[in-house]
Amino acid sequence: MEDIKIAPIRNGTVIDHIKKGQALNVLKILGINENTVGPTITLAMHVHTKKDPSGWKDIVKMEDKELNFRTADKISLIAPNATIAIIRDYYVAKKYTVRIGDHIKGLVNCSNPNCITNVGEPVEPEFDIVSHDPPVLRCTYCERYTTNISENLL
Amino acid sequence: MHSAKVDFYDRDIVSMRDLTRKDIEYLMDLAETMIPYARGDRVNHSLKGKILGNLFFEPSTRTRFSFESAAHRLGIDVIDVSQISETSIAKGETFADTIRMVDAYCDVIALRHHHEGAARLAANVSENPVINAGDGAGSHPTQTLLDLFTMKRSKGLIDGLNVVIVGDLKYGRTVHFLADALTMFGAKLTFVSPESLQMPRDIVDDIRKKGYDPYQTSNLNEVIDEADVLYVTRIQKERFPDPSEYKKISSIYRINNQNLREAKSDLIIMHPLPRIDEIALEIDRTPHAKYFEQAFNGIPMRMALLYSILGGEM
Repeated sequence: MEDIKIAPIRNGTVIDHIKKGQALNVLKILGINENTVGPTITLAMHVHTKKDPSGWKDIVKMEDKELNFRTADKISLIAPNATIAIIRDYYVAKKYTVRIGDHIKGLVNCSNPNCITNVGEPVEPEFDIVSHDPPVLRCTYCERYTTNISENLL
Repeated sequence: MHSAKVDFYDRDIVSMRDLTRKDIEYLMDLAETMIPYARGDRVNHSLKGKILGNLFFEPSTRTRFSFESAAHRLGIDVIDVSQISETSIAKGETFADTIRMVDAYCDVIALRHHHEGAARLAANVSENPVINAGDGAGSHPTQTLLDLFTMKRSKGLIDGLNVVIVGDLKYGRTVHFLADALTMFGAKLTFVSPESLQMPRDIVDDIRKKGYDPYQTSNLNEVIDEADVLYVTRIQKERFPDPSEYKKISSIYRINNQNLREAKSDLIIMHPLPRIDEIALEIDRTPHAKYFEQAFNGIPMRMALLYSILGGEM
């Protein structure tokens, strides 16, 4: 039996099967930083798993807060195989795998500083998803590729 | 005309990615029929009463004049802006609002802008069609179309041509789109550049995904004898912190009669212009030189675009 590295939570969200090393970026998406006063967050990095070919995964648990779909979409960009479980009174009330379509709008900034979406025009950045894993986005406007997703999250 | 008719009426031309081989073949055939009109030997003013908004927010000679000339040859009136300072953008108006305003004053917009993606934004906010005349270091589809048209006119067909692209392949995005478009026609690609200015890996990977394997080298002499088309681009001085390094590199890739000794007799040499000293003047007098014809071909190709987008009649 696998050792329990993080205690179960009573209510909240468990984000599991995060790509190894991406848990800190998931915290960034969740808006957790040194100024955050809010739910208790626990995370485990480099947890053994058979489901990922690398043999490793990260896990994030957030108490007393249920994740919304927009945030789940963002997480799917950096952790394409993550699962999200909504926990209510220790039971899994809902569980789903993050899934994003082939086109996204308003989640990420284009990495090209000279792109028309980065110069104060009233336009939301949009991308075609060229590859989910590893994530590669092509800007609908300037057609440049963005691969450093975590640095460009909106 | 040989190609199947394509309905371009009211269509935006923003990126080569929006065009299929069938679209490009149709435009090349239409451009061919436009040549006597482009030269002024015949007259077709079937688009009289239409207005082209020629919005050039960045300096341009060939593209701007050739759009204007193409419009006049078809009877289209032109209103134009050639500097941002002439527009309300200088007063703080957004580019999107400027486009909405110009859209109300004309039937089609040709746009040159310094920001990549500006043409896509303009096409999204404008009711009338938008033709991208080059946005920043981004897409310049009318240049790619006239380049393909020049190859087809000179060589009969593009399929199977051995195209050698030489110069700054890293920053010159026009050659990225040209290389990509050439794969649609099954041309064989060779990229020649100094190591520091090689074709970016993602572009080469995209080409490989389509089943082609471009040959990459820094030695022009190694590949010149097999070339059907030599496409020369300018190596910009500002890419080299050391001026002597620039001088050395630019002289290695300078095309002159001496390094064409091994070339095929029907090799054509193209250049998007302006050239600085990449091609020696002595080449201008040889049958290889096609770059001025290439610049002329911008007019029939842009006529073909305006004609098909605005619904001209023969």
